[in-house]
Amino acid sequence: MTKTITIEGVTRIEGHARITIELDGNGKVSDAQFHVTQFRGFEKFVEGRPLTEMPGIMARICGICPVSHLMASAKACDDLLAVEIPPTADKLRRIMNLAQIVQSHALSFFHLSSPDLLFGMDGDPASRNIFGLIRDHPEFARDGILLRKFGQDIIALLGEKKIHPSWVVPGGVNSPLTAENRDLILAQIPAALSRAARALDYFHTVRDHYPAEVDVFANFPTLFAGLISSAGLIEHYDGALRFVDEHAAPVAELTDPHQYPSMIGEAVEKHSYLKSPYFRPRGYPDGIYRVGPLARIILAERCGTPRADAELGIFRTRLGRSPQSSFHYHWARLIEILYGIEMIQRLLEYPDILNTHVRSRARPNRLEGVGISEAPRGTLIHHYRIDENARMVWANLIIATGNNNLAMNRGVLQVAQRFVDGTHLEEGMLNRVEAVVRCFDPCLSCSTHALGQMPLRIELLKSNGELCDVLQRD
Amino acid sequence: MNTPIDVGTESITLRINDQDVSCRKGETVLQVARENGIDIPTLCYMEGLSIWGGCRLCMVEIAGSPKLQAACATVCTEGMNISTHSPRLENYRRMIVELLFAERNHVCSVCVSNGHCELQAMAVKLGIDHVRFPYRFPHLEVDNSHDRMRMDHNRCILCSRCVRVCAEIEGAHTKDIKGRGVLAAIIHDLDQNWGESETCTSCGKCVNICPTGALTHRGTAVGEMTKKTTFLPYLTLMREDQP
Repeated sequence: MTKTITIEGVTRIEGHARITIELDGNGKVSDAQFHVTQFRGFEKFVEGRPLTEMPGIMARICGICPVSHLMASAKACDDLLAVEIPPTADKLRRIMNLAQIVQSHALSFFHLSSPDLLFGMDGDPASRNIFGLIRDHPEFARDGILLRKFGQDIIALLGEKKIHPSWVVPGGVNSPLTAENRDLILAQIPAALSRAARALDYFHTVRDHYPAEVDVFANFPTLFAGLISSAGLIEHYDGALRFVDEHAAPVAELTDPHQYPSMIGEAVEKHSYLKSPYFRPRGYPDGIYRVGPLARIILAERCGTPRADAELGIFRTRLGRSPQSSFHYHWARLIEILYGIEMIQRLLEYPDILNTHVRSRARPNRLEGVGISEAPRGTLIHHYRIDENARMVWANLIIATGNNNLAMNRGVLQVAQRFVDGTHLEEGMLNRVEAVVRCFDPCLSCSTHALGQMPLRIELLKSNGELCDVLQRD
Repeated sequence: MNTPIDVGTESITLRINDQDVSCRKGETVLQVARENGIDIPTLCYMEGLSIWGGCRLCMVEIAGSPKLQAACATVCTEGMNISTHSPRLENYRRMIVELLFAERNHVCSVCVSNGHCELQAMAVKLGIDHVRFPYRFPHLEVDNSHDRMRMDHNRCILCSRCVRVCAEIEGAHTKDIKGRGVLAAIIHDLDQNWGESETCTSCGKCVNICPTGALTHRGTAVGEMTKKTTFLPYLTLMREDQP
């Protein structure tokens, strides 16, 4: 007799999500699915709006990574205007994007994932959260909160607001950086670097405690995709979109963003509103690929900043060039925090960073534009078409979390097969099913851990719908 | 359309909010209140333009009259006793602004006039933290056909300031209003795209005088549109001084 376990109320992965685990007659897991159950509709309701409003509207997709959408949207608009933005604007956008990545990674690692690592996957859920962290590991929690603040403060110093700044505009940015604000940011760099280094020191003490999780947390060979610089360095704002195989060998490279549909297909599954992008030449679902911090450090030859490269060296010595377990997203995320802080400093020290020419002005010169950037969670693509009066007629967005959809689904199945025993339910089992999703840091993780109030419910149902067992966490 | 009211030299006295005030005969309640530092909210009124009396935000109570009167369009008379603020008036004012928000698609957070909008400021001033009426979500066009300016009907509150400034100050009368009630809309010439208008001089006064993000410069991004209305009294004065 088959049964279905439903994890209902996994909220805010840009909406709401649910996980179902199907059991066969022997109580063994036969299938698992990750459902995103809310429809957003941004692609539809931007139709008719002027293109200059696009970055501002698209940023509203997310309150955690609005900057990522600002970047991809502004780049698509630059493409529509057919302008090259001023070099200073390019650097300023990069600084804001890196600040966003630092703050989002800090949120993901410290606030959401580290409680699992510090208190254990089977730890008491009452303290396995940010509040437990503050109580039992106050210095560690403070580092996380202040690293997040570091990123948020930079965003506010550049764009006047921590969340949804409207500073990034088609053609560049709408105000230059002042010397005073540059110095304010530079003054915070040493402390931020120390905090990132302390987090890594801590991570090294626990990284070997979870061999079972490393084994099955979405641990399977896939392609990896992400931006890469022309010098083969890690890249978050511009550059070519590269796909590599499980050995980090290049499979394909896209230099013209307009050609992305030749590489990426989007499958629609009945069980989810989140589309399932796949690498088109390999078909669906064999074209499964992963994006995000782990993908980026696998793609890149090196980071290009000294401290991050030193840490990347340790990573590769320990795990090899291309580790396949998604558990390693955590380490990759910490390396990117280090890289982000170092790179922000480097960009701020350019002599032209205070230039006041930060915006190129132009009318729309193309009717179709594509912008690709790296969000904290991975590659983000905005594709717009406009009419001759610069009004949007069509949009397609491939969101970072979506790129990982196939891998998250397979990861949930892998974890469920290893840990879920269909005859009874335990909290630690539920937590691991979530924790694999949390490795990918979809927006989902925000609400499942942040306040220690995961509104989560697992139901064990018979095939006729009769309730066998329920596990609920309020 | 009403024309500005001629003001004479004869003095009259009246009471506003239990305060004795005096004014010249022919002055409106709104003018006298503002001269005496008494604030009455308005959206369609604009000094230098004819009086429209359309937004109804300046409604006041006059002792002895059961009807509320629009302060902008009510001429003071001797011994009038006026109340500009009461729970009843404040309730109506909030309701009017809420209905303006519910009528069209005013999405402040992504509007080019965010932070520089009279409607938004009015909502804040009146303490509106939510709208009690269901939104209509009409499907309205953005007219982006003009070379330099943009008309977004989603943000229009039909205050008609643009119509009046175009007709009375610029003398072009490109803009007007078509339809009635909830179907009313600003048009250009014979309901053409703005970019096809033969009468528009592209002076931009309508953009600067528009209280919301309905009329803006092209190419502005979220929150970038700021308006300059200081030109209007000068232009009005120059026209009045001409023989």
